[in-house]
Amino acid sequence: MEFKLPDYNLWLMLPELFLFVWALLVFTFDLVTKRKKESAVGYSALLGLLLTGLILALVWTGVLVPGKANGYGSGFGNMFYNDAMALFFKIIFLGAAFMAIGSSFGITRQKIVNHRGEFYGLILLSTVGMMFLSSSNELLSLYIGLELTTIPLFVLAAFFKDNKLSVEAGMKYFVIGAFSSALLLYGLSFLYGLSGTTEIVQMKINLGLVHATIRDIGVILIMGVVMMVAGIGFKLALPPFHQWAPDVYEGSPTPIAAFLSVGSKAAGLVAFAKIFVNGLIVFYDPLQAPNDWGTLVGVIAVLAMVIGNVVAIRQSNIKRMLAYSSIAQAGYIMIGMVSLNEHGLASVGYYIFAYMFANMGAFAAVAIFEDKTGSCQIESYRGLAKSSPFLSVTLAVFLLSLAGIPPLAGFLAKYKVFAAAISMATADADYSWLYWLVGVGLLTAVFSLFYYANVIKQMFFSTEDSPYKIKFALPSLVVLLMGLVGVFWFGIFPEPVLDLASDISAAFGFLPR
Amino acid sequence: MTEYTFLIPLLPLFAFIMIVFFTRWKEMFSALLSIAMILAAWVMSVVILIETLGRIDEPFQWAYKFVNLPNFVLEIGTLVDPLTAVMLVVVTTVGACVEIYSVGYMHNDPRFSRFFAYLSLFLFSMLGLVVANNFFMIFIFWELVGLTSYLLIGFWFEKKSAADACKKAFITTRVGDLGFLVGLFMIGIYFGTFNYGGVFEIAGSGVIPAGILTAAAIFVFCGAVGKSAQWPLHVWLPDAMEGPTPVSALIHAATMVAAGVYLVARSMPLFVTSAEASLVVAIIGLITSFMAASIGLVQNDIKRILAYSTVSQLGYMIMALGLYGYDTAQGHHSPGFYAGTFHLMTHAFFKGLLFLGAGSVIHAVHTNDIQEMGGLARKMKLTAPTFMIASLSIAGIFPLSGFWSKDEIVAAASHYPIFLIGTLAIAFMTAFYMWRLCFLTFFGEPRDQHRFDHAHESPKNMTYPLVFLAVLSICAGWVGLPWIHKGFATFVYHGEAYEPHANYLLMAISLIVGLSGIYLAYLMYYKKSISADAMAEKFKGLYKLLYNKYYFDEIYQKVVIDPVMAFAGLMWKFDANVIDGAVNGTGWLTIKWSDIKEWFDTWIVDGAVNGCGWVVRQGANILRFMQTGSMQFYALFIAVLVVLFGLYKFEVKFLKIGWPTVTIIFILGVTLLALLTRITQIKFKANRRTDGEE
Repeated sequence: MEFKLPDYNLWLMLPELFLFVWALLVFTFDLVTKRKKESAVGYSALLGLLLTGLILALVWTGVLVPGKANGYGSGFGNMFYNDAMALFFKIIFLGAAFMAIGSSFGITRQKIVNHRGEFYGLILLSTVGMMFLSSSNELLSLYIGLELTTIPLFVLAAFFKDNKLSVEAGMKYFVIGAFSSALLLYGLSFLYGLSGTTEIVQMKINLGLVHATIRDIGVILIMGVVMMVAGIGFKLALPPFHQWAPDVYEGSPTPIAAFLSVGSKAAGLVAFAKIFVNGLIVFYDPLQAPNDWGTLVGVIAVLAMVIGNVVAIRQSNIKRMLAYSSIAQAGYIMIGMVSLNEHGLASVGYYIFAYMFANMGAFAAVAIFEDKTGSCQIESYRGLAKSSPFLSVTLAVFLLSLAGIPPLAGFLAKYKVFAAAISMATADADYSWLYWLVGVGLLTAVFSLFYYANVIKQMFFSTEDSPYKIKFALPSLVVLLMGLVGVFWFGIFPEPVLDLASDISAAFGFLPR
Repeated sequence: MTEYTFLIPLLPLFAFIMIVFFTRWKEMFSALLSIAMILAAWVMSVVILIETLGRIDEPFQWAYKFVNLPNFVLEIGTLVDPLTAVMLVVVTTVGACVEIYSVGYMHNDPRFSRFFAYLSLFLFSMLGLVVANNFFMIFIFWELVGLTSYLLIGFWFEKKSAADACKKAFITTRVGDLGFLVGLFMIGIYFGTFNYGGVFEIAGSGVIPAGILTAAAIFVFCGAVGKSAQWPLHVWLPDAMEGPTPVSALIHAATMVAAGVYLVARSMPLFVTSAEASLVVAIIGLITSFMAASIGLVQNDIKRILAYSTVSQLGYMIMALGLYGYDTAQGHHSPGFYAGTFHLMTHAFFKGLLFLGAGSVIHAVHTNDIQEMGGLARKMKLTAPTFMIASLSIAGIFPLSGFWSKDEIVAAASHYPIFLIGTLAIAFMTAFYMWRLCFLTFFGEPRDQHRFDHAHESPKNMTYPLVFLAVLSICAGWVGLPWIHKGFATFVYHGEAYEPHANYLLMAISLIVGLSGIYLAYLMYYKKSISADAMAEKFKGLYKLLYNKYYFDEIYQKVVIDPVMAFAGLMWKFDANVIDGAVNGTGWLTIKWSDIKEWFDTWIVDGAVNGCGWVVRQGANILRFMQTGSMQFYALFIAVLVVLFGLYKFEVKFLKIGWPTVTIIFILGVTLLALLTRITQIKFKANRRTDGEE
């Protein structure tokens, strides 16, 4: 028998490999410069991300891939697979990492004096994990990608070693994270046991066959489904698996909280889409009860929107408020996720894209404010508009985008997920329960305006004068401008992003009818 | 009520979970919770027994297909037929008595709540074993009772003997379980189903070759040999007496060791297809019974005598079942099945009573050695008479319950001279050693005045279960009187109902044998007209052989354990020389590498190293502080929510209750969780940073 080596196609992996090597360089760069150059390490990390983005573009257009017209295809014996979703989310991950690093310069100057290389390098390594995850094609590489993403984040969350809140955040994140990872892995093992394969596509076929032959597979699958929902629900901070999020966001360095709320969340979305929307699509339908996952995720989305938006109102710490806000945003995203038509995943893609700019921007503004004042209390923002108008305006724009005010990108994002759910619900009476999600989403969006507007009120409509005059470094300015341009530009001219996002739906086989 | 049978095992499980997670700080509350649950299970069992009386020929079966793949089905289900119903009542009755008794016996124990948690876990496993409707499920619970037995034998794990005993019990029964597992595989492969009904139907249809049937039956019987302490795997049970006495009464006398008998009775349709397998069962039972009874003659530890008595009586039952299978396979009628299961029931009551009584005695005099007791009847006004009732019952004295069931076993053996002589000899020895025990313990002059002076009757919550069990030891046998037509024999049977008829000759013989055993003990240990020491001197060789339990432990040590240990030593040598050599080489390289690193550290990473010690100290402080944080609650919350979501998904298929009910259960569950955290006064530090309202 002829033995054929698998086709490695290392070219497809070039961005990941490059970024990985660059992360190691960042580690050593800090040592080589004897920790003297304050900002050079950070700039080198930013440069690495820009170069990775360039390489990603070159790979995708086929320039760097010998013998192929574009960057789609599989490598490493089908374990690594590039499709539209991989491309789209890699852009998100790189963007989120870029903005997180850009807003960290203040922290690395003041608080992290001896470990700048580790700080930036770990962010890059986590990004590499996310990128691998988005290209994984089977359960094991998916799980490993998820772990690669999370483990550096455990360290990053606890990075202020002499701050007990930060260490507590890291420890909490670590223990709960390990617990959920175990749940996820247990769930995955059920899938493997039922289908006999770890390849997601093959698994879909095997499960479909079993399903078609006996209709009633027993309840063995629900244990896997529930445990995987819990495991991924942790990454997405979806209720009832969300409790760690406010504590961890509050305790960890602000740029890391931002990176957690966008990068880690996007990684969880990829994992969810790959396992559920692709692998377990047969079991979406409530008709397949009790093995169905559609309504279960629907219930969780409702919980997320209600709990996130309601509890956020009472917060006095802006990082905790943004944590609850991000819980609520994940709820909106899950509406798109359970709408299994050509609009569903596309809306998820667009939502996370818009969310990246707004949320990273808001956290960057908070980080800048915190660097200067050391406070995260909302009341400290009183009268900021007079002393630091630019920062106040940008923060207000980001919060309004999160709330979904036109013409900002956040509005279109909410519109898209609701539209996807409604088109799914109107197409088939079986899915009319999606109307409920939309209803709750609209209602809670109104709630959300409450707490977003509260910050704006404190900044602009307070008669007190703020004692703080905020100046910020160039990278922070770049991040704020990037977010500002993002929420305006992609809110007004969304077509290129929407086109890219609808390729995700197409890659999952949801074609326009 | 029968359709809710699945709840019976779940009640003790609930108690276990609650005690372990929430109430273990409240000792008395934990005990009461546990007792309340087993009493509830007892009530349900009695109701189910009454319902089953009304439909003897239609067993109730409920099954849920847990895994339903084209060629592989796993079920979770319950099967309620008369055998199940009787076992449920026996297990819950003895279980309830033992739990009430333990409140007194275990008081002041530092692990009081844990004891009740383990007892509840055991009862869950045992009841699950009884209600299972397929071989796969029974095997799971089979292993669970083994686990809980291990935990409870080693409950006082500070004692080396207890720690050794629990390991011995676990490993020895595991040898039998391996056989059971092989039997399970054979059933899975050749029968294609694990369901009792399915397996027995296929076994009876004749499509399976006889050799396979024999092998499968014998492998299944291996499990029973291990769990019921049959020869040659009987060695663990006497050592298991290191556990607390209530545990010995519940697990190692009345219920778990009877699981092997139950398994044989349950699988009887398999055994009746193979005369060879049944004969093996009967012979093993006879050997065990005779051997254990003869060892019991000369032992001095009160609990070990009872342990050998248990082994002997279990052998009796196994033998009766084996003889039934042998007879039926050849087309004869036999009372063996009815006799074996009947004796299983009566034995559970009087042996449970004997152990609890022994516990009461030990509680009073703080020794296990009967040579240091004597005259205790004067001090223990309730323990002594109840103990003697049980002793009369096990000796087979008319009209106590043991008489009726033992008589039927003698009847089952009456067609085979060897078995008949064997059973009568065993009956004689049983009567003798039990009454030797009674005379030495309760009569005559105290041989240890100090212990006698400090002896006292046990508290009421220990003696009342004794009285209750004494009543059962007298009366439980009357359900099987040979003169009544709708008795035990027409209730629990296999194949067609066996109509017992009174055989007065056999009754008289077995009564005479029992009485003569008692009379000999009376002469030797009460009147002292025959000197026990002189007898021991006269038959010195035999006495030493019996006293050392036929040297089984020593033989196993030499034949099995020593070679295994030698082999392990050999492997260790290999590891030490070959593998460690490689490791040491790597170590040398590492040291060199670290020399280089040291230089690197000294000259380049200097600044980072300086603060290390300080950071570790601070980190430890912070970590200690964090241990009281609410993280545990978060993890518990996730775990509970996963379970609740799982139940919510399960509901659609399983309980057939609607959305609103589930929502209510959901809310109740979360509320309960919150309440319990208050009850148990776990101070969650989450309050430190409450959401909002700062």
